[in-house]
Amino acid sequence: MENLTDNRQQTTDNRQQTTDNRQQTTDNRQQTTDNRQPNMPNNEVLVQVQHLSKKFCKDLKTSLWYGVKDLASGLSGNQNERELRPQEFWAVKDISFELRRGECLGLIGHNGAGKSTLLKILNGLINPDAGKVTIKGRVGALIELGAGFNPILSGRENIYNNGAILGFTKKEIEEKVEEIIDFAEIREFIDMPVQNYSSGMKVRLGFAVAAQMEPDVLIIDEVLAVGDLGFVLKCFKQIDTLLPNTAIVFVSHSMPMVSRICNQIILMEKGKAVFQGEDVGKAIDKYYTRFVDNDSNVVFDDGSIAYESVEILEAKAYEKNIPQIEWGNTFKLKFKFRKNTLNEPPAFYISIFDKEQRPVAILEPNIEELDSKNDSNLIEFIVEHKNLQLSKGIYSLNIVVSKKTNNEPLLRMNGILSFQVLHQTDTWPPFLLKSSFQSI
Amino acid sequence: MELETKVYQKENNLRLGKLLKESLADIGRSRFLSFQLAKRDIQAQYRQSYLGIIWAFVTPLATAFIWIFLNNSGTVRITDTGIPYPVYAFSGTLLWSIITESINSPMASTNGAKSILSKINFPKEALVISGVYKLLFNSSIKVVLLLVFIFFYGVGFHWSLLLFPIAILGGILFGTTLGLFITPLGMLYKDIGRLISFGLGFLMYVTPVVYAIPKSGIMKTVMELNPFTPIILTARDLAVGMPPVHLTYFLIVITCCVPLFFIALLFYRISIPILVERMSA
Repeated sequence: MENLTDNRQQTTDNRQQTTDNRQQTTDNRQQTTDNRQPNMPNNEVLVQVQHLSKKFCKDLKTSLWYGVKDLASGLSGNQNERELRPQEFWAVKDISFELRRGECLGLIGHNGAGKSTLLKILNGLINPDAGKVTIKGRVGALIELGAGFNPILSGRENIYNNGAILGFTKKEIEEKVEEIIDFAEIREFIDMPVQNYSSGMKVRLGFAVAAQMEPDVLIIDEVLAVGDLGFVLKCFKQIDTLLPNTAIVFVSHSMPMVSRICNQIILMEKGKAVFQGEDVGKAIDKYYTRFVDNDSNVVFDDGSIAYESVEILEAKAYEKNIPQIEWGNTFKLKFKFRKNTLNEPPAFYISIFDKEQRPVAILEPNIEELDSKNDSNLIEFIVEHKNLQLSKGIYSLNIVVSKKTNNEPLLRMNGILSFQVLHQTDTWPPFLLKSSFQSI
Repeated sequence: MELETKVYQKENNLRLGKLLKESLADIGRSRFLSFQLAKRDIQAQYRQSYLGIIWAFVTPLATAFIWIFLNNSGTVRITDTGIPYPVYAFSGTLLWSIITESINSPMASTNGAKSILSKINFPKEALVISGVYKLLFNSSIKVVLLLVFIFFYGVGFHWSLLLFPIAILGGILFGTTLGLFITPLGMLYKDIGRLISFGLGFLMYVTPVVYAIPKSGIMKTVMELNPFTPIILTARDLAVGMPPVHLTYFLIVITCCVPLFFIALLFYRISIPILVERMSA
């Protein structure tokens, strides 16, 4: 720890000389400046956001006209309270948070929830309509990789272009150019025009340049999605090394990544924070429940057998019509099918998918023939699985009905039922297996 | 050790002095960026073409040739200009092209950087300065060609020729200032850009580009009032060694341009976040 802070001190000192405060910095009397000891920089608030709001316009022509008006009022300071004008809506509404060194804030929410707008305000690209952002230190943004690349020029020349835009000096780039080429792993093609690069290679090169930044505040948008697995892992390794000394704002749709690096979450919907806190697991659950659709869909149907209903028996509770089961309890399903032209015994394959539509388990198919006692055209049965050890979260069921004899499919349906498993701890792997430890 | 602090809120910081200081500081800090952007654009432009540099002066050359032809063939009768007409026509079209290019430069640079503007925070002034670098590069090529004309047609060397680059700088300053004022609106509405190129086409004929100011009439008044006139005339007079008749007006225009340039720069700085909001993808 001692070492680490020392290093940090050195790097920040170096940085001082090359720092570029590119934005309008307002004077210090607006800040509550705290004169803390220089060797304990770890709990200072680097990002402070207070009641931030931003509005956008839905119609282009109107938007442009408002732009003209804003230009005019911008010149006179525009201190007025901003109200919504016709056609406008709040893209970001009343967001507040604080972020210290070493913390990582995850911004999640569906497309158009206002995450990127918030990032743009944090990065100083657009001004808020209400509220205030205070950022201390050098800000690095991984919003677009490879900005300023010219497709005609070679990779090496574009390292200089991109580096210049990211705020490096010529000397810094010259010192780091070999390191960048190695990091991007494209030495072979470095003198080839960038237009012949694959999109993955461009992202590699862009990230390699951006990785040379030593920011105090790092803003990451969904840029790392491109690139092959090896490179994505490399990027995260790089981010991990930055994490202890940096305040990170991370926007992603990949919940595993969010849960891996974030220690607080804001779940946004229509510009507002619908969840905010340090309970990452709960936030992610909330995020997923917003995507649960109760619509089942038929993928394949030859008409010989029809699905009627399914229900979970002995559910503990229901939330928004989703049955909930305690971890470790018995999982009991009641199915009802109707035979149309079927004259052979069917087999039922019930599989469980997690919220990211990854298959996690399949129940053993029926060995015996299943028939309803009362109505010969109905097939009704109960499937039971004892001691359900799926980890906390939301799952859905798919079913495949096929002929028992030759496995020829008769009916295939996805998402016939959603259910939630309850447990007090968050677990990322899909199973939390009951276990006991004994010292020997 | 204090970290630098940035505050973003709706109120613009409107103390002009402070804003200007920041703007100038940003220009200073982004020297490498402006140079690199200009270098990138120039390199890319010439790498993808065989004729390369020729394109920089092909338009003024073509306009000049048209007028030289019209004059020589007697289609158009042009009053005596005091120097060989080809030198007069070519110096005129060339200076005109430098000014129009300067007017378009800030808007072109900003438009070209649209995708970066909405994603990365960098000193926006670098775009303007890189535009100036590109103008200087293109202009210096044109000046070399003009020198060829001057010596080829026997006008010869005059000491005033050494002041010619200063007049060119004045023209670039004049054009860039105008362009900077137009840019914010031009970024919002495409109409502005079209109006400008359309208007400049007309303006050329009330500026002594290919013919001298008439001795009398309404045209004389209009041309003498036109602020483009002193720039073209003074630059040309310096190049060919004639006494610069419009020097006073030239100095007035340039002196006005200096403070106006800084005001335009502030206007540009304040406008960019508003523009990014309206154009971002």
